[in-house]
Amino acid sequence: MATGARKSAGVVRRPQVTTLLIGTRKGLWTLTSDAARRAWKLAGPQFLGNIVHHAVKDPRDGETVLVAARTGHLGPTVFRSADRGKTWKEATRPPAFKPGGARSVDHTFWLTPGHASQPGTWYAGTSPQGLFRSTDGGATWSGVDGFNEHPRRKDWCGGDKDGTPDGPKLHSILVDPRDAKHMYIGMSGGGIFESTNAGADWNPLNAGVRADFMPDPDPEFGHDPHCVRMHPQAPDRLYHQNHCGIYRLDRPDTRWTEIGATMPKSVGSIGFPMVLHPRDPDTLWVFPMDGTSVWPRVSPGGKPAAYRSVNGGRTWQRQATGLPAAQAWWTVKRQAMTADRAATVGVYFGTTSGEIWGSRDEGRTWKCLARHLPHVYSVEAS
Amino acid sequence: MNVRIPGLLRSYTNGAECVDVHVAPAAPTLADALEALNERYPGMRFRIVDEQGAIRAHIKIFVDGGLARDLATPVRTDGELMIVGALSGG
Repeated sequence: MATGARKSAGVVRRPQVTTLLIGTRKGLWTLTSDAARRAWKLAGPQFLGNIVHHAVKDPRDGETVLVAARTGHLGPTVFRSADRGKTWKEATRPPAFKPGGARSVDHTFWLTPGHASQPGTWYAGTSPQGLFRSTDGGATWSGVDGFNEHPRRKDWCGGDKDGTPDGPKLHSILVDPRDAKHMYIGMSGGGIFESTNAGADWNPLNAGVRADFMPDPDPEFGHDPHCVRMHPQAPDRLYHQNHCGIYRLDRPDTRWTEIGATMPKSVGSIGFPMVLHPRDPDTLWVFPMDGTSVWPRVSPGGKPAAYRSVNGGRTWQRQATGLPAAQAWWTVKRQAMTADRAATVGVYFGTTSGEIWGSRDEGRTWKCLARHLPHVYSVEAS
Repeated sequence: MNVRIPGLLRSYTNGAECVDVHVAPAAPTLADALEALNERYPGMRFRIVDEQGAIRAHIKIFVDGGLARDLATPVRTDGELMIVGALSGG
């Protein structure tokens, strides 16, 4: 039995240790906790100098880790490990559009493990917006033609002015745990789309979502969802943090309900990440950013705080105990906030100024876990 | 032909600064040379040339000292290729 493991009623239980995979503009780091999640050990860097947009461990085997990387000079690729990050191999065919077209992948932005019934299947979202699938654990990738070659894709994705300052992105690839063929994607810009046939065709799912930057305030697509989440134990419950507010949708309804209007007016309802409680579909966290004037995208008033709702977004509580009380102008990107699965959930986020903060009591109190890292793009807990 | 590898790409060549690749003698081009390079070091080509065959924005490739604008640039079987990262970064 491994050191520290306990055996109870024939089941070997490992200590409740949380590991954070931290993707940054200059490489990959990991933070690993002790069993109480009080002490944390920083390790890294790996891939020093690489821009790591996303690093994800496969929950299906607990061993495979995929990393979406590029450098400032070299093109995009995917690295994969079958031993929790000890050794790495590069994808032999990374996500790439078909030759003969006009588009090339600038970077792979988002990684999602596939359905539990399809070990080895992964999805990747790219900039510009493309959807790719691997069925061999990330070694080779093929375009999902039902999206990438869809006759309406250009309409959905828009042009160069319909993305983020770092390029238009396909993100938030969600696979329904009840049905491997049922998927959602989010695009900045483009909006949220749904497929019921494993990506062979897609339909927009944006009704009720504001698009204040468009001439039509209620268009069919062209929105800017920043981060979309599906509750793993109640997959009909979707939430998303948008450029224009916070939303909830309970399928089979198709019209989103805005739930950010009850946020304090001085804080607003704009931000990038959206984090769900792993077991309670009514509990979620957001991390507001200033979306006024020229969109500063920093903590409103220089006073960072998470906001938690425990009733599906009807009301919100500010959670800032332990965070700086003033002059902290943080930006937290859409993949840079996450939760673990502990009995009392741990919530974690990383800033573009290179700090990692964590709460082991569901956001009530916060502690800085690491600082002086590069610009943080992603934080994923496992 | 001889290929000078920048530090950016030496993870593919086990640290080697110069490598030799074989290109067919009949009117070889830069595309042929990079294909040969990729056969020997899988994955390297895509890091410096995109899926539409364009040399990436921050990569320069010199053929016998001259800057190559595209992959149709002729090369010599005993010539020299120099791959460099452009002077950009941050």
